[in-house]
Amino acid sequence: MEILANLSDGIWLSLQPINLILILIGVTLGLFIGAMPGLGSVNGVAILLPITFLVPPSSAIIFLAAIYYGAMYGGAISSITLGIPGASTAVATTFDGRPLALKGRASLALVTAALASFIGGSISVVLFTGFAPLLASVALSFGPPEIFALMLLAFATFVGLGGDDIPKTVFSICLGLVFAAVGFDEISGEPRLVFFGITGFLHGINFLVLAIGVYGIGEMLWTIETTRGKITSTEAKMSFKGIIADSKEGMKRGWRQTLIGSGIGFFVGILPAAGATPGSLMSYSVAKMTAKNPKEYGQGHPGGIAAPEAANNAASTGSMLPMLTLGIPGSPTTAILLGGMVIWGLTPGPRMFTDQPEFVWGLIGSFYVSNVFALVVNLAFIPLFIWMLRMPFTVLAPLIFVLSVVGGYAATRDMHDVWLMLVFGLGAMALRKLDYPLAPAVLAIVLGPIAEPTLRQSLLLSSGDPAIFLNRPIAGPITLVAIVLILMPLVKFLRDKLRGNRAGTAT
Amino acid sequence: MRFAEIFTAGLLALLSIYLMWKSAELDIGYIKGEGPGGGAWPFWLSGLMLICTGFIAFNWVKRVSPPSRSDQPFLDSYSLRMVLLVGGGLFGFIALTGIISMYGAMVIFLLYYLKFLGRHSWSLTLVLSVGIPIIFFIFFEALMRITLPKGLNFTEPFYNYLNTLIY
Repeated sequence: MEILANLSDGIWLSLQPINLILILIGVTLGLFIGAMPGLGSVNGVAILLPITFLVPPSSAIIFLAAIYYGAMYGGAISSITLGIPGASTAVATTFDGRPLALKGRASLALVTAALASFIGGSISVVLFTGFAPLLASVALSFGPPEIFALMLLAFATFVGLGGDDIPKTVFSICLGLVFAAVGFDEISGEPRLVFFGITGFLHGINFLVLAIGVYGIGEMLWTIETTRGKITSTEAKMSFKGIIADSKEGMKRGWRQTLIGSGIGFFVGILPAAGATPGSLMSYSVAKMTAKNPKEYGQGHPGGIAAPEAANNAASTGSMLPMLTLGIPGSPTTAILLGGMVIWGLTPGPRMFTDQPEFVWGLIGSFYVSNVFALVVNLAFIPLFIWMLRMPFTVLAPLIFVLSVVGGYAATRDMHDVWLMLVFGLGAMALRKLDYPLAPAVLAIVLGPIAEPTLRQSLLLSSGDPAIFLNRPIAGPITLVAIVLILMPLVKFLRDKLRGNRAGTAT
Repeated sequence: MRFAEIFTAGLLALLSIYLMWKSAELDIGYIKGEGPGGGAWPFWLSGLMLICTGFIAFNWVKRVSPPSRSDQPFLDSYSLRMVLLVGGGLFGFIALTGIISMYGAMVIFLLYYLKFLGRHSWSLTLVLSVGIPIIFFIFFEALMRITLPKGLNFTEPFYNYLNTLIY
């Protein structure tokens, strides 16, 4: 009951006029920042942090959290309308969002994304309020072997369930992981894989450079080339009635995936070093894995949008949990929020719930309020995003190219990366023509910086014995599932071969 | 397409070998008390990539993968022209950024694409080629405080003037 009293105080606080206005501005800004390829919640929060010193800390963090939320909604928009993930958290949303938009169902995709985000956010806020201390203690017991096992599982789902050419899928994963290793070896501090001594490689290859290269430039070149320039963009109309119908359809076909995404997203979000990106990718894989007809995924299934979108919103709430209760950020964005709180003179940690109850509960209350506002603002802007899709392709294409180049530059502020992006784009087009799946490479470059150190730390813990991934109570089952998934295509191949032989002898 | 498939596989095999060789600049084995060396992770992954290209080549010989069965040319004359025109335009855009600033290059690129490739009317072309860079300028320089490249020195007076408007 005490929680409910605190919560109602918190919601009341976030409904104060100044906080309400800040929430509204925050979610709107976040929506646009998230939709901009190359800018994500991290950029928005980092850039706008200095401005918040004008208002009291409790309002400031509400504003920043609203940007964080808005950006999670916004990332889906460019994933769906342009096929470029607006932020790494929305990579999985392109898998089904883009095909749906190409079928002329962009409004269904956008509405599903908005609703799934809302539900994911709402469920996770309730979980956050109720089970905060308990969940934090479970997640804290995750060591490097558990986290690496999770990464292995993420890659295994691509191999086992991707449905693409297996050697090409594995190649793509490894290439992404190797690209992630470029720059410095974190443990020894030595420069590593600095190709041809070009200093631009010293700061590593930002995942956005690969993602924009593949999805912005490569994809566009591929589209222009295969359609012979004859496509006009998707015809999509929008009306109030349409939104209601789309909401019904999106929820009917995506409610199960929304629940999966909310649960996985929240829990993965709590894990330090994981956050919304792996959360959304894993939710997508799990949704696909448990589907009656996994073949529909990747062709434009609303569930394929609902799962990652519910997950990234749930994860953004989840990642606030270790930040507030333990002072450990669960994602890059919360790391910046944590930095802000220190500047405001607040010490995050267990004591904050007793020392600064208005601050903590004001923030939690604002999650509820921001969620509602983000949904409303997002739905209100959908017609604008749909309109963008109706432009002739020869207008849309140069716009996407300009956005890609500017986004690639804004991510790292280095022209070297813009050139690299062009190279990746041309390479991606060629590989795409030869049926190499490229999504695994983008996933791998995002997860590589988590996978490598956790593998090395695990092996150090076990003095080089790989059995560490199998004989720990949490890591073991996860690794086993991953191995089964990797072996699945082989089993299938042998089974088909056996059947083929039998059929051969029968005739 | 069939030739492109094996050619690409060969190229990717060479890339894998190069990556292995490059990774081997750091320790690729297990160092006692330190865990795997700095080069181990990329080295063994590149090795796996090399093995994959072997499988791709095997599938090519057996004609299992769709591209290894296709007689379609990888790029016909139309495609080649499109890729060169669009890719070349992008190359020009990025190259011009260092000279006439990213905003200037954006204007030229949009003019080229909308008028020359898209064959849109002059009014639409001009509105978009001038309007889009202005929107980008307001968003990045004024709102987000991210400065995009300004090119060589001669653009300085122009941008100094614009900065007095936004700051």
